[in-house]
Amino acid sequence: MKHRLGFAGKKLIRMALLLFGVSIVTFLLMCASPLDPLQTNVGQAALGTMSPEQIEKLETYWGVDTPPVERYLGWLLDVARGDFGTSLLYRQPVLTVIGDRLASSFWVILSAWVISGVLGLTMGVMAGASRGKWPDRLIRGYCLLISSTPAFWLAILLLLIFAVWLGWLPVGLSVPAGMDAAAVTAADRLRHAILPALTLSITGVANIALHTREKMIDVLESDYVLFARARGESEASVILRHGLRNVALPAITLQFASVSEIIGGSVLVEQVFSYPGLGQAAVTAGLGSDLPLLLGITVVTAAIVFAGNLIADLLYGAVDPKIRKGAARG
Amino acid sequence: MKSMTRIKTNQRLWTTVFFLAAVVILAAVTAAGILTEGYAVETDFSQRNLSPSRQHLFGTDWMGRDMLARTLSGLSLSIRIGVLTAAVSAAVALLLGTASAVFGGKADAAISWCIDLVMGIPHILLVMLISLACGRGFAGVVAGVALSHWPSLARVVRGEIIQLRQAPYILVAEKMGVSKLQNIRRHMLPHLFPQFLTGLILLFPHAILHEASVTFLGFGLSSEQPAIGVILSESMQYLTTGKWWLALFPGLALVLVVTLFALLGERVRRLLDPSSVHD
Repeated sequence: MKHRLGFAGKKLIRMALLLFGVSIVTFLLMCASPLDPLQTNVGQAALGTMSPEQIEKLETYWGVDTPPVERYLGWLLDVARGDFGTSLLYRQPVLTVIGDRLASSFWVILSAWVISGVLGLTMGVMAGASRGKWPDRLIRGYCLLISSTPAFWLAILLLLIFAVWLGWLPVGLSVPAGMDAAAVTAADRLRHAILPALTLSITGVANIALHTREKMIDVLESDYVLFARARGESEASVILRHGLRNVALPAITLQFASVSEIIGGSVLVEQVFSYPGLGQAAVTAGLGSDLPLLLGITVVTAAIVFAGNLIADLLYGAVDPKIRKGAARG
Repeated sequence: MKSMTRIKTNQRLWTTVFFLAAVVILAAVTAAGILTEGYAVETDFSQRNLSPSRQHLFGTDWMGRDMLARTLSGLSLSIRIGVLTAAVSAAVALLLGTASAVFGGKADAAISWCIDLVMGIPHILLVMLISLACGRGFAGVVAGVALSHWPSLARVVRGEIIQLRQAPYILVAEKMGVSKLQNIRRHMLPHLFPQFLTGLILLFPHAILHEASVTFLGFGLSSEQPAIGVILSESMQYLTTGKWWLALFPGLALVLVVTLFALLGERVRRLLDPSSVHD
């Protein structure tokens, strides 16, 4: 147990350093941008008619005249006190914006993550067990096709079919347009979340299914499976008792590594469905040069991704007794 | 034994045929796209919003531009950007992966840290950020995609070289006084080449998809250029009025091109990886 804690502690320190790096890189990239926030948000025409005092006021608001180092140190000190600054576009604290957006993205991302994980594992095991036969070919073809399909085009396609053509589901947003916030029911929210979640689930399957398939094939060719078969174990029992257990470890890694991909996909999908989630906020912040908000979103997303990796590392020990013992010895 | 060799040569032959066919198709699309570039931006207001017909196979948009020509130019642009960015990414991966494995110690730690860092930010966010830093546009997309796709391949290269360092023939060469650089160039890189080539080809699909995605979001190529991302993001305004052809065909064409690249990579991988001979 003590070793596990030490291991987790070391990982946590590394994670903190990486987050620090992410914030510096993000900040440098945004500072290096030649795009003038005043030009993009106020516009050339409006700037021309303004007095120098007004322009100066705006420059202070967008932080154009503060030197980058001073700006970053100021941001870092504030973060240490739990304040991520104020979003320049939404005029709300960054943490409030992220919290609101994450709340509406959360269920979409979580359901897509779980569905794609379970479906991917099942498909991978099926394909591996029926290697070379038609289920395997079908699943491999599907994975190839889906990993070559841009997520946003798939979203557009589903929108065309289910929202425009069949009219079963709403075209966009997370609640019905023009409705009182109090009158929105959970069913309304669910109906609006189906298409984004479906798109993300469909695209998330490919990677995990293909890797599980490879691993499954390795396992089924091993000596212990040969021995199990020689003992007269049924195919189902071989797959359940030997296959699944050995496939679980890489599947867990992949599943937690896919967090990053699903969040990335949600940026595109939310844009298509005008779903007011975290991804859409990131795009708005990027297009409007809203440095504090984009910085906040990047750091929070990276934190979620790193946390996912950490959980995967810790789960290893729980799933595989060999690793648990190895850690205790080392 | 005889039939085994025949199957083997067959697979090799098929891969070569497939490779040539894919290259010819992709080159043809690229060339066609360059040739139709002028036609793709030509507007004809008497031919607006036409659904697909024999005259306009992919239909026309609200400015009367032919969608087939626009799709071809978009694909051509995508392929060219994909090739460029994948090549740069692969070069970066090779350089950093080799440096990390050969120098070891602090350099290895620093490069591994960078890999973790880049992998921690979702790809699309990172491409957005780098594109912003370069002022969006063509330069932004190319820099963004090229600088965000190297980590996974760099990891493969690093792992491979760390294993190679212990290989007997490398150790012998070292003992015989071959310099480090010479050793890498003459003994390690040739051994690494197959994996590197597969990695390079499999980078194309990712590069093309991310280019289209980031352009779709508005961080990439400007709206005057007929890129697939631009076409699809413009089509969004017309979908609810039933103009399905604006989105269906350009996207489908992109999927086909990317699938072609992916199949190519898969074939080459299977050819070079002896363990999957029986598939």
